[in-house]
Amino acid sequence: MFWHILAQPELWAATLAMATPLALPALGGTFSERSGVVNIAMEGIMLIGAFFGVYAACLTHSAWLGMLGGIIMGAVMSLIFAWVTVSIGADQVVVGMGVNIFAAGLTTFLLNMIFGYGGTPTSTPHLPNIHIPGLSQVPFIGPVLGQQNVVVYIMLLAVIASHYFLFHTNLGLRLRAVGENPQAADTAGINVWNMRYLGVIIGGMLSSLGGVYLSLGLLNSFEPNMSSGRGYIALAAMIFGKWTPFGSLGAALLFGFSTALSMYLQGTGNISTNIIQMLPYALTILALVGLVGRSTEPAADGIPYEPNK
Amino acid sequence: MSVCLEIKNLTKRFPGVLANDRVNLELRDGEIHAILGENGAGKSTLVKMIYGLYQPDSGSISLHGQELHFSSPRQAIQAGIGMVHQHFMLIPALTVAENIVLGSEPGNIHYRRKENEEVIRQLSKQYHLEIDPSAKVGDLTVGLQQRVEILKVFYRKAKVLILDEPTALLTPQEVEQLIQVMERLREQGIPIVFISHKLDEVKRVSDRVTVMRAGKTVATVETAKTTPQELANLMVGREVVLQVSKPPQTAGKPVLEVQDLVVAQGHAEKVRGVSFEVRQGEIFGLAGIDGNGQFELVDAITGLLPAKSGKVVFRGNDITKANVHKRTTAGISYIPQDRHADGLVLDFELTENFVLRDFARAPFAQFGQMHRQAIEAHAERLSESFDVRPHRIHAIARNLSGGNQQKVILAREVSREPELLIAAQPTRGLDVGAIQFIHDKLLELRANGKAVLLVSLELDEIMSLSDRIGVIHDGRLMAVLPGGQATREQLGLLMTGVKLEKEG
Ligand SMILES: Nc1ncnc2c1ncn2[C@@H]1O[C@H](COP(=O)(O)OP(=O)(O)OP(=O)(O)O)[C@@H](O)[C@H]1O
Ligand SMILES: [Mg+2]
Repeated sequence: MFWHILAQPELWAATLAMATPLALPALGGTFSERSGVVNIAMEGIMLIGAFFGVYAACLTHSAWLGMLGGIIMGAVMSLIFAWVTVSIGADQVVVGMGVNIFAAGLTTFLLNMIFGYGGTPTSTPHLPNIHIPGLSQVPFIGPVLGQQNVVVYIMLLAVIASHYFLFHTNLGLRLRAVGENPQAADTAGINVWNMRYLGVIIGGMLSSLGGVYLSLGLLNSFEPNMSSGRGYIALAAMIFGKWTPFGSLGAALLFGFSTALSMYLQGTGNISTNIIQMLPYALTILALVGLVGRSTEPAADGIPYEPNK
Repeated sequence: MSVCLEIKNLTKRFPGVLANDRVNLELRDGEIHAILGENGAGKSTLVKMIYGLYQPDSGSISLHGQELHFSSPRQAIQAGIGMVHQHFMLIPALTVAENIVLGSEPGNIHYRRKENEEVIRQLSKQYHLEIDPSAKVGDLTVGLQQRVEILKVFYRKAKVLILDEPTALLTPQEVEQLIQVMERLREQGIPIVFISHKLDEVKRVSDRVTVMRAGKTVATVETAKTTPQELANLMVGREVVLQVSKPPQTAGKPVLEVQDLVVAQGHAEKVRGVSFEVRQGEIFGLAGIDGNGQFELVDAITGLLPAKSGKVVFRGNDITKANVHKRTTAGISYIPQDRHADGLVLDFELTENFVLRDFARAPFAQFGQMHRQAIEAHAERLSESFDVRPHRIHAIARNLSGGNQQKVILAREVSREPELLIAAQPTRGLDVGAIQFIHDKLLELRANGKAVLLVSLELDEIMSLSDRIGVIHDGRLMAVLPGGQATREQLGLLMTGVKLEKEG
């Protein structure tokens, strides 16, 4: 009976759909932490992306411009985060927590102020699903991969591009060097702060795209705290994935799978969905305890760098 | 010869320390200019200012007549200044090639792995500093890491070289190669600033020497017209005894007995059946080329590595299976070879570093509560009697010069009044004054009937201090010779694995 469920393409399509809002912020966190800035602000930045995505979409009547607006505001929020943590050298975890609380408050406040108590309009434009002509006809693969929301494809491309960037470009090498040993990078002539700003801001853009996906891809509305902890799960996915893009995607898929499975099993009522929803977290703990080998975080992750000391 | 780099009245103050006080230095084209000075004299501070890592408070630096104002190393690199740092500036998680090209990668976007590795391979051949470009730096020995540091500078084709104690971690053979490279660069007209504590190296390779003392440049002399003794005196500001005097003394009962010890690290057996003993009132020197198992042997005695077979007996008790804490409290003290990784907690104050081994015991603590007053009094006493400079017990260990960091470790370990002191490379990177101080302390322990196991890569140190000398090669003890009689040639042969003929 279990195998029967696994053979359903809908389950896998849902897995991918549910993994996307985890994979994007996990990828974002990977960028930030590879440059040496611990980032737990993904939750808040997702909310910023989700809200301003809807707001910009309503203003411009375009989901695409909405997406752009969400990403820009995510970048702005990250810029502030970077300024406080990198330039001023404040504690990254504390500031990250602050961003999360601030973003939750700000977006709820703006929602009520701008859209009133009725919430965001139902006429908000929606990011389209895409049908890939050849692929969507292939049995099984077609329903899984061939007709997803556009953000899902962007996410997959972003994973590949991030892997290439981090591990096969000169700039990626510099970014990782700064996260491992900023002083060594400094003596090699690399501007440590610039690299960290870059990591945090790219990270923020990816995280906010995750938020845009929630509000303009899955729901076409914004609701208070709609990220509902995904930013934190993404943090676990990033660690689980050992600070690599493909690892983050893999972990996000695992979490996405259990969400999809529990949605699917809700109808059948055979297994308690609570148990299934628990599964990814149990797996994370096992993974962190050492089943997948030791996680090696960037050596200078979380340590502010003051040049010329 | 024209002046390349000119430094005038350079001053740099750190909280509580005047690290450089109106320093003057003139580097001419094509010369090797050595800087000598005690630990903490301000040599590294001076060159870090030249390299843009620190900004001077006042004074000027000019290159070929043009005044420089660097706010970061980037500008120094662009101006053609290359520097090998005293403490590694390497990224262990990256490969050799990545470390070397970092910051000056060829091409625009794509990182050219193959091509870069090939270039590094050529470069390492060219300078006879053989290395595997695709190896992870974290997996390399310290000697090889030092090579990476040196190659980094050559890769950038620097026009002025600054070498801050490049030889401290190299084997004599590697030092020889580096000296040849320096001489070749001099022929090409590239000026070199060379910082070293080893007077013989300075004497051999440099054209001129500038001596620093307590943040000031006290003299610049032509190397050919001076003697090591004069240089040592200038440095310290008083007569220095370069020769150790060691009164004869008969050894007592064995304190440490090592029996047929085998130690493995990973799959490789690093120590393969070593037996010896160290007795009361003797210094047992362990000589050998780096990587022949001497440090694994020490780790097994101190309890940091498990013994695969064999026994370690301390004052009659088998401690082969005892943990580090038990061994420590039983009376073993240890000066580890890597003072940054194993000897100190760099971001702790000196007060805390002084009680790292005993913080949980009276008088420093009672019922789990630390006694600040006792700890501070202890720190005051140690930093006074071991002459730790600056004399501030709340200073952060990281900000001390290498020699003073070593004094902190020595003070901690010796003040515990151990029955056995294991000293691994205790004088590495230290100035002649500090070396003399540490040697005196080791001899003092010996005079008090304590046992000392001295492991060093420096033959001179081993020969001048040891009552008996064990030579280790490839994990085996080749021979144990009486200290007074062993010759440098004998030891050298044994170290390379050549067995001596049995003498009559
Ligand atoms: N970043 C820093 N903060 C505070 N004090 C410092 C700092 N760097 C160096 N000092 C102090 O400045 C003085 C000079 O140190 P420096 O490292 O230049 O000595 P050095 O001559 O290179 O010694 P060594 O031979 O041991 O390397 C020392 O008293 C040291 O404690
Ligand atoms: Mg120095």
